[in-house]
Amino acid sequence: MKDILRQFINDNFLFGLQGRTFSDDDSLLEKRIIDSTGVLELIAFLDATFSVKVQDDELLPENLDSINRLVHYIEKKSKAAA
Amino acid sequence: MQLEEFLEASARVAGGKIALISGERRLTYAEIDRRCNRLAHSLAAAGLGRGDRVMIYLENSVEAVLAVFATLKAGAVFVMINPTTKAERFTYILNHCRAAAVVTDAAKFESVRQCLDGSSVKAVFLADAGGGRPNGHRVLSFEDVLADETLSSEPPPKRSIDIDLATLVYTSGSTGRPKGVMITHLNAIAAAHSIIGYLENTSHDVVLNVLPLSFGYGLYQVFMMFRVGGTVVLERSFTYPAAILDRIVRERATGFPMIPTISALLLQMDLTKWDFSHLRYITNAGAAMPLEHIAKLRKLMPHVKIYSMYGQTECTRVTYLPPDQIDARPGSVGRGMPNQEHYIVDDSGNRVGPGVVGELVVRGAHVMKGYWEMPQATDKALRPGPLPGERVLHTGDLFKSDEEGYLYFVARKDDIIKTRGEKVSPREVEDVLYALPGVAQAAVIGVPDKILGSAVKAVIVPRGGAQLTEREVLRHCAAHLDDYMVPKFVEFRDEMPTTASGKVAKLALSEQARECV
Repeated sequence: MKDILRQFINDNFLFGLQGRTFSDDDSLLEKRIIDSTGVLELIAFLDATFSVKVQDDELLPENLDSINRLVHYIEKKSKAAA
Repeated sequence: MQLEEFLEASARVAGGKIALISGERRLTYAEIDRRCNRLAHSLAAAGLGRGDRVMIYLENSVEAVLAVFATLKAGAVFVMINPTTKAERFTYILNHCRAAAVVTDAAKFESVRQCLDGSSVKAVFLADAGGGRPNGHRVLSFEDVLADETLSSEPPPKRSIDIDLATLVYTSGSTGRPKGVMITHLNAIAAAHSIIGYLENTSHDVVLNVLPLSFGYGLYQVFMMFRVGGTVVLERSFTYPAAILDRIVRERATGFPMIPTISALLLQMDLTKWDFSHLRYITNAGAAMPLEHIAKLRKLMPHVKIYSMYGQTECTRVTYLPPDQIDARPGSVGRGMPNQEHYIVDDSGNRVGPGVVGELVVRGAHVMKGYWEMPQATDKALRPGPLPGERVLHTGDLFKSDEEGYLYFVARKDDIIKTRGEKVSPREVEDVLYALPGVAQAAVIGVPDKILGSAVKAVIVPRGGAQLTEREVLRHCAAHLDDYMVPKFVEFRDEMPTTASGKVAKLALSEQARECV
């Protein structure tokens, strides 16, 4: 799952830029990797790939702002849906 | 009066009041004032003189605000740089304004370090570097300076007067190179007072600001709140909307400045989950808010006053639509703000009446002094006014007015694109595209976009045999342009439509793009 998320972020927000590396814990906002329209793309991607529907009040950095947070959030949502 | 006195006066009368909230930090007026004094002494000790330029290259943060007021207290001129600016634009601005100091953070310092070699910069201040580190030649940390008991925390002697420059605001121009708008203390104070007047701001206001301080609209939120002794809650962006809305509720914000991109994102959400009962007003500037957004916001928050506004960097603000007029004239950006005169002129400079489209001309104490070291561009924007020797601002924006004098925006005279409320010069983006091997021809246009207002689109004719991909183009742009300037769309063509005179027919490109939407 981490690889899929990383690939999506690399392809869509960094366009494969050299030198823009980030760890699984790095804040996507602080690293200036994601912005408002990027979050919309991320939400659509989570729905299409993991069938995770992000609710309005879940649009929080706690859920979405790093690879590890995303993994945790997706797992939590998937469990709740199961 | 000078701009830093906004802070100093509030520190005197309400020193214990919370002035600024950023993340978990809450600072009082007195705390900010003392810190700015010490930083100002340190700037002076580093050799900064009256009128010297200080570049501030930081995210929205406590340190960015401290840097602004410390610079002013030192009698110097601050230059805010968008935190997503890349090395090329940074270097251009650094050399253009011959900055004497840079305030930034450790990560950004690494990215621009090489630009400083051989430059005019005498000192670099790192806002987040921690104390006691060997920072190298000319590099100081905020923490060390603020802990330095040998530096006074009393205000340094005043060195500038109110007609001196307070800031240079770099803005995109149609010629491609950013222009440094010269704003004096008096200009900024006049604008702030007029805006405070019509928004009826008081010390009870709490403004939540997500707009970058490099954007005049964002920066003035701080000035206005400091002037009235209110509180500013600074956020870095609107990226995670629920976090911002939670914050608005938690801090009981009374004012929320928006751009249409924010309202577009907000209106996709179910806003009934949040309690906005304390919110007094919403402002919109940067670009016109779609009528549909205004109507929906009014329905969702009937008690909130919505102010449609229009301005430009060259004079900060021009008009506002009084909230009680929004039903009668929803498409209008309103009337002139207090202490300002404006009129519409035709191509020969003659004033025109209601209903006739012409260029908007603005007269007032808020009008800039000109563009830094760009006399030709200055003479084009500032032209003789009614009084002998006076110069008034020709905005380059086409407007018409109704019978009561309310203004309606028609178009810009140049091809500047407004995206997310910020100006993008097609020429600046095209220059970057031409630097990419494999690009034979490039044209950049704005296309309508529900979220961004206009989205930047690059149309490219590859060189014969070159295999360019969209990803390569975007990667190249992301490495060289501020984030908001990076194209959203890339289209490859075999040839570019041209006009009879052989220029790229941008109008035709725009019309084709519109048909595709």
